[in-house]
Amino acid sequence: MKISIQINEGPYQHQASDSAYQFAKAAIAKGHEIFRVFFYHDGVDNATRFTVPPQDDRHIVNNWASLDIKNAEGEPELVVCIAAALRRGLVDEAEAGKNGIEGNNIHPAFRISGLGQLIEAGIQSDRLVVFGD
Amino acid sequence: MYLNRKAPYGTVYALESLEVVLIAAAFEQDVSLAFIDDGVYQIVEGQNTDGIGMKNFSKTYHALGDYDINQLYVSAESLEERGLSADDLMPLVYEDEDDDWAEKPSVKIVTNAELSKLMSEQDVCLSF
Repeated sequence: MKISIQINEGPYQHQASDSAYQFAKAAIAKGHEIFRVFFYHDGVDNATRFTVPPQDDRHIVNNWASLDIKNAEGEPELVVCIAAALRRGLVDEAEAGKNGIEGNNIHPAFRISGLGQLIEAGIQSDRLVVFGD
Repeated sequence: MYLNRKAPYGTVYALESLEVVLIAAAFEQDVSLAFIDDGVYQIVEGQNTDGIGMKNFSKTYHALGDYDINQLYVSAESLEERGLSADDLMPLVYEDEDDDWAEKPSVKIVTNAELSKLMSEQDVCLSF
């Protein structure tokens, strides 16, 4: 089955992202395809490469990166909503340049894109599963 | 007094409350904890987080006694609503220095009315 996932909550504060990760891992192990994971609302905070949890805790960003969810062109399908990301201080290299900001913090396993990617995920997938309150 | 109202996992509130409690103890404050609503699950015996990949921090509650935190109040109504009893909770104890370091239980089951009275006696109530 082709599955997409939407995550609406930030890491560490709320279990939504952890649960979604466990779900995605289990689905892949069962032979399903994760078409796309879309990070929306505070969920965009799951994509910052500046995340440094205590050593004895899980690393949520690296957990997502370890799933290596990519499309046929080799582009990451861990997609971060651009509007939600920018207003919360998450930028990739291109957005940093456009907005005159020094540095960038999106983990390379993720990419920034628009809400169209969420709609497309809903259309293309057999199931779109949402995690969050 | 720290009011613990949320389940231990699912959100970060229980863990962060416990961290603040330990800091307060380090500042030699008179610390008490209340467990109400889903907060009663925080001190349930036999927690296992293997399936969800979270840190099982329940052992930390056993250390509270060493920090002179020995007033843990659990809402009787909240326990009953969830089908729990005192036997389901971790045996948390402290050593009483006024009684030859005898081990004594830290947990007291109280009614919500008693809890309300305890809260009214506090200088500060922090809710998590």
